[in-house]
Amino acid sequence: MSRDISIKQGIDWVTVFMYVVMVIAGWLSIYGASYDFDQSSIFDFGNRAGKQFVWILTAFGIAGLLMLIDDKVYNSIVSNFIYIAVTLLLIVTIFIAPDIKGSHSWIRLGSFLSIQPAEFAKIATALAVSRFLATNGKNMDWKNYVLLLGITLLPLVIIILQKETGSALVLLAFFLVFYREGMKGLILLLGVFAIVLFIVIVRFGEIPIQEGKSDLGIIIAFGAILLVQVVYAFFVQKAKKEALWLLGITIAIAAVTAIINIWIITSYNYAAYFAIAASVVYWVVIELVKHSRKFRGLILFIIGAVLFCFAADYIFDSILKPHQQTRIKVVLNMEDDLSGAGYNVNQSKIAIGSGGLLGKGFLNGTQTKLKYVPEQDTDFIFCTVGEEFGFVGSSLVLILFMVFLLRIIHIAERQRETFNRIYGYCVVSIFFFHIMVNIGMVLGLMPVIGIPLPFFSYGGSSLWAFTILLFILLRLDASRSSRVRYV
Amino acid sequence: MINDPYQNRKYVIAAIIVGVILIYIIRLFSLQILETKYKEGAESNALLYKTVYASRGLIYDRDGKLLVYNKPAYDITVIMREVQNLDTLDFCRTLGISKEYFDTRIAEIKDTRRNRSYSSYTPQFFMTQLEMKDVAAFQQSNYKYPGFYIQNRTLREYTYQNAAHVLGSIGEVSRQQVEADSYYKQGDYAGRDGIEYAYEKELRGEKGVEILLRDSKGRIMGKYENGEFDESPVAGSDIKLTIDIELQRLGELLLSGKTGSIVAIEPASGEILAMVSHPTFDPSLLVGRERSKNYSELVSDKTQPLLNRATQGQYSPGSTFKILQALISLDMGGVSERTTFSCQGPDSRPIKCTHRHKSPVNIYDAIEQSCNPYFWNAFKNTLEIDGYGDRNEDFKKTYQIWEDKVKSFGLGSRIAGTDVYEQLGGDVPSGSYYTRYYGETGWRALTIRSLSIGQGELLVTPLQLANMTAAVANDGYYITPHLRKTDSLALKVNKVHIDNNKHFATVKEGMKRMVENTWNGKLYKVPGVDMGGKTGTVQNPHGEDHSLYVAFAPLHNPTIAIAAVIENAGFGASWAMPIANLMIEQYLFGEVKRKALLEEFINKTTNPDVKRY
Ligand SMILES: [Zn+2]
Repeated sequence: MSRDISIKQGIDWVTVFMYVVMVIAGWLSIYGASYDFDQSSIFDFGNRAGKQFVWILTAFGIAGLLMLIDDKVYNSIVSNFIYIAVTLLLIVTIFIAPDIKGSHSWIRLGSFLSIQPAEFAKIATALAVSRFLATNGKNMDWKNYVLLLGITLLPLVIIILQKETGSALVLLAFFLVFYREGMKGLILLLGVFAIVLFIVIVRFGEIPIQEGKSDLGIIIAFGAILLVQVVYAFFVQKAKKEALWLLGITIAIAAVTAIINIWIITSYNYAAYFAIAASVVYWVVIELVKHSRKFRGLILFIIGAVLFCFAADYIFDSILKPHQQTRIKVVLNMEDDLSGAGYNVNQSKIAIGSGGLLGKGFLNGTQTKLKYVPEQDTDFIFCTVGEEFGFVGSSLVLILFMVFLLRIIHIAERQRETFNRIYGYCVVSIFFFHIMVNIGMVLGLMPVIGIPLPFFSYGGSSLWAFTILLFILLRLDASRSSRVRYV
Repeated sequence: MINDPYQNRKYVIAAIIVGVILIYIIRLFSLQILETKYKEGAESNALLYKTVYASRGLIYDRDGKLLVYNKPAYDITVIMREVQNLDTLDFCRTLGISKEYFDTRIAEIKDTRRNRSYSSYTPQFFMTQLEMKDVAAFQQSNYKYPGFYIQNRTLREYTYQNAAHVLGSIGEVSRQQVEADSYYKQGDYAGRDGIEYAYEKELRGEKGVEILLRDSKGRIMGKYENGEFDESPVAGSDIKLTIDIELQRLGELLLSGKTGSIVAIEPASGEILAMVSHPTFDPSLLVGRERSKNYSELVSDKTQPLLNRATQGQYSPGSTFKILQALISLDMGGVSERTTFSCQGPDSRPIKCTHRHKSPVNIYDAIEQSCNPYFWNAFKNTLEIDGYGDRNEDFKKTYQIWEDKVKSFGLGSRIAGTDVYEQLGGDVPSGSYYTRYYGETGWRALTIRSLSIGQGELLVTPLQLANMTAAVANDGYYITPHLRKTDSLALKVNKVHIDNNKHFATVKEGMKRMVENTWNGKLYKVPGVDMGGKTGTVQNPHGEDHSLYVAFAPLHNPTIAIAAVIENAGFGASWAMPIANLMIEQYLFGEVKRKALLEEFINKTTNPDVKRY
């Protein structure tokens, strides 16, 4: 009887307030990005800002509707159905979607409306992952690990087949959820180390040294692997003597190679291979002599890392498409591709840089509206913020995003039900991934991966998807107190 | 909360989030506060981005003769926001345009429905493709018209007035092209058809951009950041064609006053030596400001000069098809070299013969005399070789083999994997087509007898006909015909489905006898060259018969295979044969010695409406 009232009381109005602020700030930015003297009002449906206004109103409507749905729906078989339905829709999309710049991800509904099912895959996957972990989280055997990975990666693969790599990569954000729910932190660390190795291999692999006889990328990467061994043995296993010996041997090998090079050019690659092989033998011998199992993991790590280095080289040269290679090279400062990816990033840096401390003022940005910045109201919308509101304005937006994310963590942590908490972390991870990748790209710190900035980028599908994602959590959170009363 | 050992991990996650946001704020600080170079550009309030167009690749013929190059052209662009105090009448006078034209253009530019990318801040095309003389006066008084700029471009120019259908033309990109390929901006040009279209990506090169600094009044103050962000254009790649321009010119000349087509191919390489379609036009007519006017004139001409008859004209092959009929009948065992059939001339049934000649005839005589009854009997024997079966299934199976062999010569569908665009496929009817038309058991060899003499549903294009002849010349394969000179190793070899290669010698012998023994064959044969040929005369409902001819020369190691179709001209032997043989002479000897014959056929007309553009 008093259910409506209890929900209204339970709503986290702080988050709702931040949501509304961001959506309106995004709307104004879109208007700023496409504003032109001849152009008409912000409500004119002929332009992007006018259309976004419609999207916003409908999004509010969706948010309201979500608050009316019973929260018990989500932690039930319904979530599984939603996941299966969306996955099927994704597959169907590949076949029926028209080719738009090479991607097959938009379904046309009538002449006015197009939707991108990939945007909604995040929600479906979040629900399915939460439900799976809430049910099976306590007894995770290998079968369940495989299932969980499958649930997460299946939509990823399908979306890659739609040629929407950016939207697909978003699903990797779920590893942050797994971490919170008990995945070994080591896996995250290994992931970060893998990215570092990849960058080293690509960045330094093309610098010729010793008349091209050595591969600087491999040498540095192997050096890093050796260093990790020393640090691990010294600080984690407290095997200080062994660690220092290894360090000594490695330095000796390098020194000998350097001395030989005085007379005859010898590739440092051989030294690197030799040092790595020597380190494996070294640990194996220690294990055998001391009858210990302390370094077993380390040996596996060395072998895996070496294989990864060779694979990285191959993946970059042979599997990535040229335009993807270029995007990575531009970020690593290896190439100035001023016409393609580099052009976008350069223009966006000029636009943001020209904003200065306080910006040029609302609607006074010139770089963005001169249409030099491509995708100015979708993926590069943050440029407009940077140009028109300067350092102060764009920092405020970043801080607003940060507070918003921390607030969701807070909400997630105060849930009594595991399902709700996990879903909360899914929401945080997805928003965080979008914000990190999108703004990182605009600032030239990340490769050009086309994913929208939540609440700011123009587009109905993404705004709806982010709204649904968030308001399901708010709905779950709203009945947190009422649930206690009934139980 | 109970039993949640990982609760502290929320701090790690929060720390990651705070860390990333912090890094981004530091980056913003360095971009917006510390770096000065980005601000200078912004304070001058408007950078002028000038597109620097790449020069389009040149096109050469097979001997390296320059066919297509570039000449400078000028566009006038306008940045609406900068237009002030414009003396419209003076402006129009300088450019030589009317006030009405000026008003319409401005209205068109501002119409965001038609000009999607319109912004009053960016340059919009006001007039395009002007020549130096048109803009000279404007250039001198440019200062009087703030907001208007001159943009350098190039236009195509042609050394020869020939090969328009092969080369194709360039036009402004459509909105769909702009949306599909981010390289294009509204107002850019791209290849529309022919080689210009097929090799657009290579020919166009890469546009460059020059970023200029302007003061608040719009005056250009120099390069932004010393050109650090400029990008120089990359010229397009040149393209060498397989066309022999002299042969192409001769072909177009020979078809003066006629409608038709000639295609010549080098059998060993699949290189198209000439691809003539007549009536044709001077390619320079579709360049520059005159383009649309000339285009509408060409479109409205009833003789269809824009149609590439070589690839889009579909004709019955008529008697030229008897070459394949002979090969396939021999190969499937319907006849042998020794098989003879009797011929009653025009009294023969069910198909009458168009000639009176000795009887009975073997396969050599039949090709020489183009004997219809022989090929009807050969066709019937071949298709009925396994009988009909209870429900016609044996016959239909045999027909399918026959159909497959015909199609293996490149007939019945567009030639795939080639740079020859805008083809039509022709038609080789399938068994299921006849079953649908006549019913399961309703058709037999007799029903489809027209096929035996290359009539009925069969349709081919001149390109397919020349390619088929090349396959015969090669004794059993053809290289995909193409227009760009390339590394011959990369080319696709297509084997035709003739199991025993010795049959080619038989058919070639017949084709040789046609040239050496018939009256017109002897009259028009290229002097001093052994060669093989086959004529065709195809009835059609619109006037005179079409005159067809295919040939290859020399007889051993042929270097040219040719097909000619002269519409509504009459006998194959009196029009297409002499014209194609003159082409062969030109190609083999580099000149035509039979000047009188040449003159005669240049001046003969079949269609008084054909104009020379
Ligand atoms: Zn006869």
